[in-house]
Amino acid sequence: MGRGTAVAGCPVARRPASDRFQAMDVSFDVLVVGAGCAGMRAAIEAHDAGARVAVVSKLHPTRSHSGAAEGGINAALGNKAEDSPETHAFDTVKGSDYLGDQDAIEIFTREAPGDIYQLEGWGCVFSRNAEGKLDQRPFGAAGSPRTVYSADITGHVLIQVLYEQLQRRMSEGLVVFEEYFAFRLVEDGGRCTGVICWDLLHGGVKAVTGSATILATGGAGRLFRATTNAYACTGDGMAMALRAGLPLKDMEFMQFHPTTMYPSGILITEGCRGEGGYLLNKDGERFMKRYAPNALELASRDVVSRSETTEIEAGRGVNGSVMLDLRHLGPEKILNKLPGSRELAMTYAGVDPIFAPIPVRPGAHYHMGGVETDEWGLTPLEGLYAAGEVACVSVHGANRLGGNSLMETITFGRRAGRHAAEYALGRTAAANGRAETARADAEAWVDGLLAVEQGERPWQIRDELGQSMLENFGVFRYPDKMDRQVGIIDELRHRYGRGVVIEDKGTVFNSDLTQAIELGYLLDLAACMLQAGVVRKESRGAHSRPSDFPERDDENFMKHSITTWVDGAPQLSYREVRMTKWEPMVRSY
Amino acid sequence: MAVLERSRRQTNIETAGDAPATTVRLTIARSDAGAVREFRVALTQPAVVLDALLAGQRLDPSLGFRYSCRVAMCGTCAVRVNGRPTLACQQPITPDTDELLLEPLAGFAVVRDLVVDTSPFWNAWRRVVPWFMPGGPREALPAGDASRAEVERGLDCIACGACWSACDVVVTNAGYLGPAALNRALTLVADERDGARAERLRVAGQQGGVTHCHSILGCTAACPKGLDPSASIRRLRRWSLVA
Repeated sequence: MGRGTAVAGCPVARRPASDRFQAMDVSFDVLVVGAGCAGMRAAIEAHDAGARVAVVSKLHPTRSHSGAAEGGINAALGNKAEDSPETHAFDTVKGSDYLGDQDAIEIFTREAPGDIYQLEGWGCVFSRNAEGKLDQRPFGAAGSPRTVYSADITGHVLIQVLYEQLQRRMSEGLVVFEEYFAFRLVEDGGRCTGVICWDLLHGGVKAVTGSATILATGGAGRLFRATTNAYACTGDGMAMALRAGLPLKDMEFMQFHPTTMYPSGILITEGCRGEGGYLLNKDGERFMKRYAPNALELASRDVVSRSETTEIEAGRGVNGSVMLDLRHLGPEKILNKLPGSRELAMTYAGVDPIFAPIPVRPGAHYHMGGVETDEWGLTPLEGLYAAGEVACVSVHGANRLGGNSLMETITFGRRAGRHAAEYALGRTAAANGRAETARADAEAWVDGLLAVEQGERPWQIRDELGQSMLENFGVFRYPDKMDRQVGIIDELRHRYGRGVVIEDKGTVFNSDLTQAIELGYLLDLAACMLQAGVVRKESRGAHSRPSDFPERDDENFMKHSITTWVDGAPQLSYREVRMTKWEPMVRSY
Repeated sequence: MAVLERSRRQTNIETAGDAPATTVRLTIARSDAGAVREFRVALTQPAVVLDALLAGQRLDPSLGFRYSCRVAMCGTCAVRVNGRPTLACQQPITPDTDELLLEPLAGFAVVRDLVVDTSPFWNAWRRVVPWFMPGGPREALPAGDASRAEVERGLDCIACGACWSACDVVVTNAGYLGPAALNRALTLVADERDGARAERLRVAGQQGGVTHCHSILGCTAACPKGLDPSASIRRLRRWSLVA
């Protein structure tokens, strides 16, 4: 103990002492909230464009959830087979079930290869072929092997490379506020001028201001009991934007991954099925032969998730799951080809897949919806940008293709960083008149939260939210279940609004407080998702209504849902999908 | 095959349901002298230490610890369990476990309970100049090549700090870079695309570098990702001598 002092002679870039950073002391050109792939990429770009940049993150940057991405990152390099940005764009448009904005998708696929080579130039250790060129693997619904990867730790390698580039720039003045939990946007005269944060390590409400702010806070998988997402994925940026009056887009679209372990939702990679794993129901039947006779277990994610759910709902599941059976592959193949998955199953499901099948079910994996932005990441609020899973540009539409999300974080992170820097440098520093008022308001609000002495514990509401969302707004959306869920959300929001008790009144690392704030975010977002889901009377991509509207309805619903927050409730409108050259066709593979 | 036999016995074939609860007594090192140190939590199997901590936090919301991904990928939740540094989310609590001692990582100042100030770790990391500097050929590290294996060996470090906690040298020698930073340096030195090999080897070989390692392999034993930082240090030592 007691070795907390910095080593003499080191470039000191540690988090600043709290007393130096009260409101007004810190103003930057560009402020990035969140430090996963999108946030770090945006910060690097803004710094390189000459801006004074700060990054605010509730986790240390390398702890961000981008690091858990395994499979890869899509760009039409054509290293393995002929490919083009145009083909990549078409695959993405079709995968989106024609809800993606085609102009944004064309930009995305055109710029992706350059972004990959830039990552390579930063030292990213991608897997390569025998000649030393970047290797590419085939992924679902892609017309060509297009997915660049780094073994099964692609996200980790990207996070590492981006953090190194960030560190280089930290030695040139870029500032990182680690373990700063941003919970409110500051708006001044129609511009976003910063964020209000809770300093996790030192306590206290702090304002960090900037001429431009980029939200890169990731997704909201924690809305569901079964999710592949980290505990940190609580939709912070979306909820902050919503409360500041900004529109969220396509909130009803949550992608479910078909093989997540019961009950936690921990991911078992598609590789298990790629190596020949079977999905069995309780009768031991390979049920996929009834749903996708050709592709079987390797049909696209949404198809497999729906098939599993059909089996479970028909009473052919085992305790709410189906079985992923690898036993026939034999110990040698499992030990050599799938050691990571075996270890996960043993640790988190108590099952050694050499001897027993793994119970799996669909779990919330990726949120296609988010803060509405243009192709530069700019939101309708001047000075506010969003990039990565928090944003909805939209390139994923109603359904994301594997490998497109990491690419989105890089390409749109870069674009948002560039545009935000140019905007910030082209104007005088943000007027900070509102920052201290906003900080004081937020502080009073936090004090109010901490003052509640009687009431429920936040985790009771959180548990009910996650369980009910999974039951009533999961893979299949039925009208009666959605109605029930609307009522449940209303009730939970009422109970939350009445006041929950934060028992920890301390200032240092008070996770009781931050969890309570995150719960408020999740409840608001759930209300938005439900409303958009109830009104979308069709089945498209991840939004599936088998009992009342089983077909896609382009005439009435080939449009984005737009949710704004009006008088404490979500309000829905629509916006046209931007098309360039691809007319909607039946989405079949 | 003995390992597999044990695994077969432990695998509950009917496992899809919530298995019966295990009750565990936790003793947790608290930074506030007045805080509750003993917790009794009931856990459904299979359980990991993080489950026990989360259950404990419901009993005492002031219990401080870090966590995020819960699948041993983000490196946030490293703590000591019965004295050994490990990831809370990866360390199983077997059905026959009665009690556990949970402490913060060693070698760091405590912020609150199991939360430590990791800045010495990251300051050391920065001293090896951890960013790639282009200089070598671009098309390199082909599949199957020995050069590639050398780079990949240490690539999966998640910077969790378990090795730092297990290292006897960092505790007594404040200038020592520690296993994770040196492993990172090795990964870059081994990368033939990097143009700063000489400078990196100079940093690794100077005061605070590879010569301080006592080779007791604490880091290698602790690494939750199964890396061998000790071997990285040995390799760096050899290369810095011939550089």
